[in-house]
Amino acid sequence: MTSADRPTDRRPAGPGEQRGPSLLDTKRQWWGWLFLAPFTVVFVLFLLVPLAYAFWLSLHTKGIATGGESIFTGFANYARVFTDTDFLSGMARVGKFVLVMVPIQIGLAVTIALVLDTLATRLSRASRLLVFVPYAIPAVIGALMWGFLYSPRFGPATDVFGLVGLDAPDFLSRDLIFGSLVNIVTWQWVGYYMIIVYAALRAIDPTVYEAARLDGAGNWAIALRIKVPMIASSMVMIVVFALIGTLQFFTEPTVLRSVAQGAIPTTYTPNMYAYSMAFSYSQFNYASTIAFALGILVFIGSYLFLYATRKQSGLK
Amino acid sequence: MRRSMRRGVAAAATGLVTLALAACAQGDSSGGGGGGGSAAATCTNTIQEPDATRVTMWAWYPAVEQMVDTFNSRHDDVQICWTNAGQGADEYGKFSTALEAGTGAPDVIQLESEILPTYTILDGLADLAPYGAGELEEQFPPGAWSDVSNGGSVHAIPVDGGPVGMLYRADIFDEHGVEPPTTWDEFAQAAQDLRDAGYDGYITNYATNGNAFNYALFAQAGWAPFDYDSSRPDEIGIDVDTPEARHVLSYWEDLVDRGLVSTDDASTADYNTSLVDGTYAVYIAAAWGPGYLEGLSDADSGAEWKAAPLPQWDPDDPVQVNQGGSALAVTSQATDEEAAATVAMELFDDEATWKVGVEEAGLFPLWNLALDADWFTDRRYPFFGGQQVNRDVFLDAAAQYPGFTFSPFQVYAYDRQTMALYDMVEGPATAEDALATLQDSLVRYAEQQGFTIR
Repeated sequence: MTSADRPTDRRPAGPGEQRGPSLLDTKRQWWGWLFLAPFTVVFVLFLLVPLAYAFWLSLHTKGIATGGESIFTGFANYARVFTDTDFLSGMARVGKFVLVMVPIQIGLAVTIALVLDTLATRLSRASRLLVFVPYAIPAVIGALMWGFLYSPRFGPATDVFGLVGLDAPDFLSRDLIFGSLVNIVTWQWVGYYMIIVYAALRAIDPTVYEAARLDGAGNWAIALRIKVPMIASSMVMIVVFALIGTLQFFTEPTVLRSVAQGAIPTTYTPNMYAYSMAFSYSQFNYASTIAFALGILVFIGSYLFLYATRKQSGLK
Repeated sequence: MRRSMRRGVAAAATGLVTLALAACAQGDSSGGGGGGGSAAATCTNTIQEPDATRVTMWAWYPAVEQMVDTFNSRHDDVQICWTNAGQGADEYGKFSTALEAGTGAPDVIQLESEILPTYTILDGLADLAPYGAGELEEQFPPGAWSDVSNGGSVHAIPVDGGPVGMLYRADIFDEHGVEPPTTWDEFAQAAQDLRDAGYDGYITNYATNGNAFNYALFAQAGWAPFDYDSSRPDEIGIDVDTPEARHVLSYWEDLVDRGLVSTDDASTADYNTSLVDGTYAVYIAAAWGPGYLEGLSDADSGAEWKAAPLPQWDPDDPVQVNQGGSALAVTSQATDEEAAATVAMELFDDEATWKVGVEEAGLFPLWNLALDADWFTDRRYPFFGGQQVNRDVFLDAAAQYPGFTFSPFQVYAYDRQTMALYDMVEGPATAEDALATLQDSLVRYAEQQGFTIR
């Protein structure tokens, strides 16, 4: 927009002509707003308004025994949620998921992308597709499918372990459910992260590698010292995606809960807790508070991460 | 020439747009013209009298369609518009949301009686007493009536019940030379005897997520955890951790610890298969249980099922219990409460309808005229090798069921129970720990909800 305005700027402008560009700007702004309107309407109606409404709900309290009366209680619900052991243990659990799941996913995605970037055979193209395919399966279907694979009766584990005369582990038990969920999410998302990293790798100018080779760098050195630092900003982005997604963990444990109600209680993750508060117990006010509290923590978490990696992501 | 062609194309295009708009408008009018229903009326059944008052209804039994057709042909002033909104938690989630939103609920809803207090406290259900429901009391067994009514008000009309009995695999008991138990002491002994005789399954399963089932087992020992009256909705007494409950839970904990009873989650595909493939020798079940079993695949071909009364703690003082079943309630959002009340009261007051219910849906009626009818009492069930299970087991169980008081936050109470019981069977927690945890969490929740704890 500015480059188009420049020629008019350069011209020595008379007093009457000075209004010209600004009028044009205003007009353009109107057009801009018009083009933005469809998005803005949807954004305001379906994001900002519900957000404000949920916040308003979270400031009120409606006990089922108080005759359905909604009372303004300010931040009392927030005081309650941050001392609620169910919420806090759920937060601790998703924290654990972040610590385990995010490094595994990112590590796998980067490794696969680096390998695929180095190989240029037909096999690599096929593998790229295969790694990406799980992302194309809806999360609910994927989790349902894994539910069957984990089942002691219908899953393959019993047969596989039986071949060597062992008892199959119960993937849906309290001890293993954590790992089983990590596995589902990793399976689903590694392909997606891999594609982002792979695209970033493709965007690197190959002459850089040539220069590195001339300086005596081997494949390992090129991968770790040239490629990885050059795609740092993409890596930061996928870590943020993974971080936010994991803190809001909901779909997979909810679907798997249908076959493991004991191992996955309704308070397993903060999002599940908020969901059952709202839709099972009719506690819409407190559910909004949980959702907001989670939102605040997710915001703080991602802000801290982006601040810590501002150099790598190029935000600085 | 070219010009006229272009005009022709334009005219055709305009025509298409007009057609499309007309189609939209038509779609709108047929979608919105539901009439009596407050929820958008898309009926699963066909309406026979288009001009009659229309009452929307959520119910989950597939056989309801036939019953609705019978009702609609018998009434020319009221027509039911039926939708299946899911069973149990699925339907309750939708109904709760509709209540909170103030719109979207059906006029009539099928609910389990255990959930009625949860909705009466939210003012979600209309009182049917003004429409003469109180006079129907004589038509139902006393326990069933006490579950749906409170003092002078009637919150729902009983439909079907779940008197509990013991379904067992006669072939497995015979093969291992063990007699089917009649008391819980004998049951524990039979569990051990079956194992000693080489049976590699479990006598039965104790599901930590078996919400109403576990309540029934506790209730049989005289457990009455909630002291709640919907006419005093701000007060509740909570007494979960009682000697009776400890006794029952320790009994099961012992069987679980000895490896005689499994602890699989109920209502999963694995569990369903275990029910019918001989993994469990006994299925302690409500009267709708046989219908459930018949629908399951991978069954043992040589299975011989028999029904017997529920084992007792004290054979001299037998106690009968109920698990599940359903009732029809009128919601507070009903547009025409009177028409809705007619549906709730009259949909099931017909023998032909109940024949469908019994034969097609495997239901156990809570309507005395059906309960007393010969076709019901003498009915031989092919699934049980021709046994007259109603006469042998379920009729007595239903008649002697005394009723049970549930809490006004039953879904929460069930979820907490599952957590506490799972901790018990999986972890180091004992039966006493589980009940104490449950008691604490329910009291804390009730206080947060503004109840005065009695």
